[in-house]
This record gives sequence, structure tokens and C-alpha cells, in this order.
Amino acid sequence: MSDVEIEIPPTFDHLAMVRSVLSHALAAENVLKQERVQDLRLAVSEATTNAIEAHRDNGLDDAIRIRVAIDDHSVVVVIVDQGPGFDPAQLKPHPPVTDPERLEYERGLGVTLMRRLTDECDIDSSSQGTTVTLRMFR
Amino acid sequence: MLVIEPTFEVARYGRWAVMRVSGEIDMATAPKLRQQIQNVTSRNPDGLVLDLEGVEFIDSTGLGVMVGAAKRMRVADGSLRIVSSQAHLSELFSLTRLDEVFDLFETLDDALEDVPAGGAA
Repeated sequence: MSDVEIEIPPTFDHLAMVRSVLSHALAAENVLKQERVQDLRLAVSEATTNAIEAHRDNGLDDAIRIRVAIDDHSVVVVIVDQGPGFDPAQLKPHPPVTDPERLEYERGLGVTLMRRLTDECDIDSSSQGTTVTLRMFR
Repeated sequence: MLVIEPTFEVARYGRWAVMRVSGEIDMATAPKLRQQIQNVTSRNPDGLVLDLEGVEFIDSTGLGVMVGAAKRMRVADGSLRIVSSQAHLSELFSLTRLDEVFDLFETLDDALEDVPAGGAA
């Protein structure tokens, strides 16, 4: 039905804009329940944060591309970076919450949240970059 | 830019500190939250209450800052309590199992119920 595509410089100051653009795109179509809009906003923000970080940490000035596609069945958001990639299977799980060591881990929840908050989360990563595809069914 | 800059209001309650956080907490703004918490905890309160009722968005970075705050308070033999009645935040704490790490309260009154109001921090 409609597509929105934006490109942002790899700076964290642009995260709020990405969330805002997504909210507007979804509000215009009234496609998802409010709580699912919030879930998708967070998942997209997490994926975009990782993409920005991949560029920043590797001295890349290239833009991060985000595409929102809405059709009769689903909302799909694709986040593309040109970073060096990562293996999602190699992400170390946190210690159990009952372990005092859990408090040593402030980072590393982003991918978990992306997976838990969306209906489908696909991470296609190579040394040429990473494409994250997040889908919510309507 | 469309950023809703976070704001932080800090009050003293007996020997505890209360910080009301509002706005959006993400990778861009989480360092400000971390700095504010460090400022407050450096005064060695017996406990810190983070009131998140005014928070409109928080991501994993923000949650991580709160994990750091919990650690900081634990090391100092203090307590961290978090106030939020927002369903979305409750869902986040539950998904990440941080609801088993944090002391969560629905209201600020509940969080302060057993805290003596007297005594300087």
C-alpha cells in the first residue's frame, strides 16, 4: 500500500527521528494496535542503534537506510548498514537473573528485544553489512 | 530534531533520593541518565527511587543504565526501587526478566511506604 524510505547519518541523535517517522507512517494507515506500534518502534530503534554503532565503531560515514513497507497483511521494516557484520548465533547469553553477575551486563539486550517484540525478525549479516528485517502482521 | 530531551528532577526523601525521569531514553540520551544517577549516588543515599512514570520511550541502553544503577546501589549497600505503572514498561521488564532483578512499584507512594521521611541524606 505504501512505502517510506529514509536515510540517516550514523549518529544516535537521529534515532528519535526514525521512531517519529515510523509512528507517523503507521498512524496514517492506522495499521497496528497502539501497543504493537510501541513494540515495533522499540525493535526498529534497537536495530537502528546497532546499525549506527556498526558504522561509528568502524569509521564509516555512510548513511543507514530504513524502509517501511505497509501492505494489507503486514508492516515490514528493513534496516540496512554497511558495517562489518556479526553472527547473531554467537551473541553470549546473559547470566541468569538470580546470579549477582547479571548486574555486570549493561548491554546486549537489543537483539533479544527485536526478536521478542516482533512477529518475525530476520538478521542477514556478512562482512559487507547487515540487513535486519522486522515484520508485524496486521 | 524531533528528540524529546529527557528531564531529571531529583528530590530528597529522608536518607533516600528520588529521581523523576521523563522524556525519551535511548542511545543518544542514556548517557545523561547515567550521569544524573552517578551524581545522585555519589552522595551515598540509603536508597534511590527512579520514577519512570514520565518516560515516553526507553530502549535496551536505558535498561542497561538501570542495571548499572542497581549494581552501584548494591555495592554501596543501598537499594534501588523503580516506579512505573506503564504497561509497556512492565512488558519490557518482563521480556528481559529484569522484573526479577529490580524492585518494581506501581506508585511513588508504594516505593516510599517503608522509607523513614526523617534524617538528612
